[in-house]
Parts: sequence; C-alpha cells; structure tokens
Amino acid sequence: MNVRVIKPGMLTTIQDRGRWGLQARGVPVAGPMDPVSHRLANALVGNDGDAATLEITLLGPELEFEAERVIAVAGAEFEMTLDNKPVPMHAPFIVSAESRLRFGARRRGVRAYLAIAGGIAIAPTLGSRSTHLISAMGGIDGRALRAGDLLPIGDGSGGRGSASALSESLMPLPDHHARIRVLPGPQADYFTADALDRLQSRPYVIGQNSDRMGFRLEGPRLPHSRGADIISDATPLGVLQVPASGQPILLMADRQTSGGYPKIATVISADISVAGQLGPGDTIAFAVCDPREAMAALIAQERVLMAIESPAR
Amino acid sequence: MNNGGAFRIVPAGDSAVIVEFDERIDPIVNARTVACADAIQAANISGVRDVAPSFRSVAVYFDPLRTPYDVLMAALEEHAARPVADGTSDRNPIRIPVCYGGDLGPDLPNVAAFAKLSEADVIELHASTTYRVFMLGFVVGFAYMGIVDDRIAVPRHSTPRVRVPLGTVGIAGVQTGIYPAETPGGWQLIGRTPVKPFDASRAEPFLMKAGDSVQFYAIDRAQYDRIEREGVRTSATCPP
Repeated sequence: MNVRVIKPGMLTTIQDRGRWGLQARGVPVAGPMDPVSHRLANALVGNDGDAATLEITLLGPELEFEAERVIAVAGAEFEMTLDNKPVPMHAPFIVSAESRLRFGARRRGVRAYLAIAGGIAIAPTLGSRSTHLISAMGGIDGRALRAGDLLPIGDGSGGRGSASALSESLMPLPDHHARIRVLPGPQADYFTADALDRLQSRPYVIGQNSDRMGFRLEGPRLPHSRGADIISDATPLGVLQVPASGQPILLMADRQTSGGYPKIATVISADISVAGQLGPGDTIAFAVCDPREAMAALIAQERVLMAIESPAR
Repeated sequence: MNNGGAFRIVPAGDSAVIVEFDERIDPIVNARTVACADAIQAANISGVRDVAPSFRSVAVYFDPLRTPYDVLMAALEEHAARPVADGTSDRNPIRIPVCYGGDLGPDLPNVAAFAKLSEADVIELHASTTYRVFMLGFVVGFAYMGIVDDRIAVPRHSTPRVRVPLGTVGIAGVQTGIYPAETPGGWQLIGRTPVKPFDASRAEPFLMKAGDSVQFYAIDRAQYDRIEREGVRTSATCPP
C-alpha cells in the first residue's frame, strides 16, 4: 500500500522519534519538532510511538491513498477534507481506496502530524527514517516531499486509540505566543549575574531566519561574562546558545551535535512540543523553573499520552 | 596521575547531563573524556539514549522517565574520576591518502608562505605527524584532529568559502580535518582524499571515531584518481 503525494505542502517531511545514538559521530538527531503530537497521532492509529509520520508545516499537502487504512492527524489545527467531506483532527478515521485528503485553512499552531496505521515504511538510514534536511539524510533522499512521491506504508490495521477521550487539552496549542519554561545551564556561569533575569524580562520574537534547526530570537541581550567563544561541546535539544550578539538561538530538532557558543539555559522536555508549534514572528516568554516542576510537567504529560496509547479495557 | 584535572557534572535541562573536564584542547584531557564516554556507554544504563564525547566534555542524553538517575550519576562520578595513562592512542593509526596542492588543495601556497617553507616541506610536516581525533561534529562524520605542527598552524580564512568539496583536507590553527560532505567552510585547504570519511551505504559508515589516531600520506593525482575510481578505502588496503 502506498500514499501518493499530489501536492507536497510547504514543508512536509518524514519523521520518526529521531536518529539517536550517533551524536558521537556528528550525526544530528532530527525527529519531530512537536514530539507530543507526533506520538499522539501514532497512538490514535495504534502505531508504536516511534513509527514514522508526516510532519506538515504551515501549508498542508494533498494526498491520495491506494488502499483503505486508518489515519489520524494531531498538532496544529487544520481544516481537512476527505473527498471533499470534512474530517476531524485528533481522531482516527478511515480513508478508502483512491480517496483524497486535502489540507485547508490552518487555525492555530504551525506543525501537524499525520500518522497512518502501519507507519511510513521507507528504508531507514543509520537506524532512523527521520529526515535531516541539511545533511540530506533519511526520509526520501533526505528532502521534503514533492508532488509525485510514493510513500510505502507498513502493514497494520490500527485504530486502537480512543478518539472520544481526546480533547485539545493534552497540549494547549499556542496562538502565536507561548510561555516556555527553562532550567539554567549548562553554562549559565558564562553570563553576567543578571542575564537570567534579562531572559525573563520581556518576550523574544522568533526571527524570520528560523527553521527546524533553531529559532533565532530577538529580544533582551544576554551579556557574556567570559567571552562568547567556548571549546565546542554538546548542543542538546532546547538549549539556548548565545553568540557574541547576545541574542539567543533556541536549538531545535535539526540542530548540529556540537557548537562553540555558551548556553545559558535549556527548555524543559515538557515544553519542547509547545515551542515546536511556534514559527517566525511568534513570541516566547521564558520562565526559569526548577527540576521538580520540570519533572512534574513531564510526568503529567506522559500520563495522558500513556492513557491514549493503552486505553483501559 | 590526575591528568585531565578536576571535573564537574552539570545538568543541561532535564534530559541531559554534561561531564566537563579541564577547559583546554589537549590530548590527555581528551583521552580522559573519551575513556569516560566509552565507560558510560559500556555501562548500558537503561534510559540512556546517547553518549557523545567532545574535546573536553561528555554529554549523556537520557529519558528522564526511564533512567535511574542515581545510578547514572554514580556511574558518571566513578568513570569521570578515573585517570588515564597518557594522551596517546593505543589504536592502530588510520592511514589516509591525500593528494596535496594543485586544484585539490588551493591554499597550499598560502600555508607555505605563512610557514616560509616550500610546499613540499608543508606536505612533509602535515603527513609526518600522527593526529588524534578529538571529536566528531559540525556535520556528519567530520573529525576534529590535532595537533598540527605550529609552523603550519595557519588560522582559518576570515571569510569562509561558500563551497568546499567532499574529501578536502584543511588546516585551522592547530586543527586539521577532512570535509565529509560539500559544505561551506573556512579552513585552509591543502589537499583532497579519495577516501570518504562518511558513507551511509558502507558496512562501516564512519571512517573515524573520537580517540582514533590518524596519519596522512601523500599520493599523486593518478593514484588519487585510481583510488577514487576503484573505491579503495580501508587503511589495511592502502600502501604504506
């Protein structure tokens, strides 16, 4: 069974959980910008959380399905039609053979995830199907989808998730603005004493030159106390690295594995998906929290996801 | 034997910790870093997703909901405190053929002028040193190697080139490296190797890993073309 790409949308890429385990060889992780919605879409069709989905950005694709299958879309709110009839977000539905799914207007958020029961079954590269655009790795020839692409789909009947239990409350979709929590470090001591206060003093605007690699932020300058160059070291997901300009860059899914700028703070895991629903022109208000709050938020998120992945019998 | 000096363990958010050693680019510090990373990897702690050494620190990425944090921290403390004998690698050097100069190494004349040496002397200096692979990063399979002889340690270009071809060998200060893909780059380009540092279709996609030692040897253009054509790649099959 294949899915045919009629129109690719603005930037539609294949993503699974990411290419973990090879950062020591300089291999970027990639993976979904909004991991919660990726996992949710998979859960709704009965897939494993690591199955490959389509990450849809701002403008959705038009797709034709060769055979009947259960699919679901989670994340950014789009209007969608299946053979010109409206279909819901955040609920599994059946597409019949030769049917066409069209994405229409987007109401809120930036990225949606389309999961198909059985998952997208392209051959993995270095253990993952995730597309990393800059190194042209994974997905289809390491690039975004194009019209005419054929996506092979794995076996799977799916449809195990519970649609009715779902509201949009799992992760409140930001409307062009979000409060994002961070933990200080790993190199907060490379900045002046007031830098963390400055970080929280006013919202930052996400610059136009922002993408899956990172968000260039415009707002209060974060002054270094020991210079802006460090010996290159690890760049974790969600870290705020600060070059000499003092304007932070929030590193996202397609970040390189290492970098040579000090890193003042790191977005907590529970808020990564919120950041992934923002785009150029949107704003972020950072709030420093403590590890306890970070873990509590992550556990709360995990409980909801696990309930959807394994509904009570 | 406290080589590599003291260490500290700092969190990076809620799903990564970094073990930092002395803040310098130094074979001994790096040897300790790589040994620590290898030991953490070998400890196989559940929930750990990735262990990545850099010049002087080890990043450990983990799933905070599925990792026994106390076990991880105890392992980090134990392995980070362990000294290493010295900074030399006990691994057999990987021998990499390089066609120096000409259109494959357009900056060789710059480097010779900087060093006030002949191009042949620069090649001799670059090829006679055994380099340590400090870390991989920047792009997939790019190995930061050193230490380059001071006489040819030319700083990088102030304006990077827009396009550096795959396989190009460059110098940036005391570091040397091979571009594993066509990318922009500011290093001084002295030659090119027909051996790919990274090839996803190979049984072993990566030519190098942190802690390896590397020796370059000069080949002429005809040998370059032949190796490129015939795909000779492992050090075992390269002539001495």
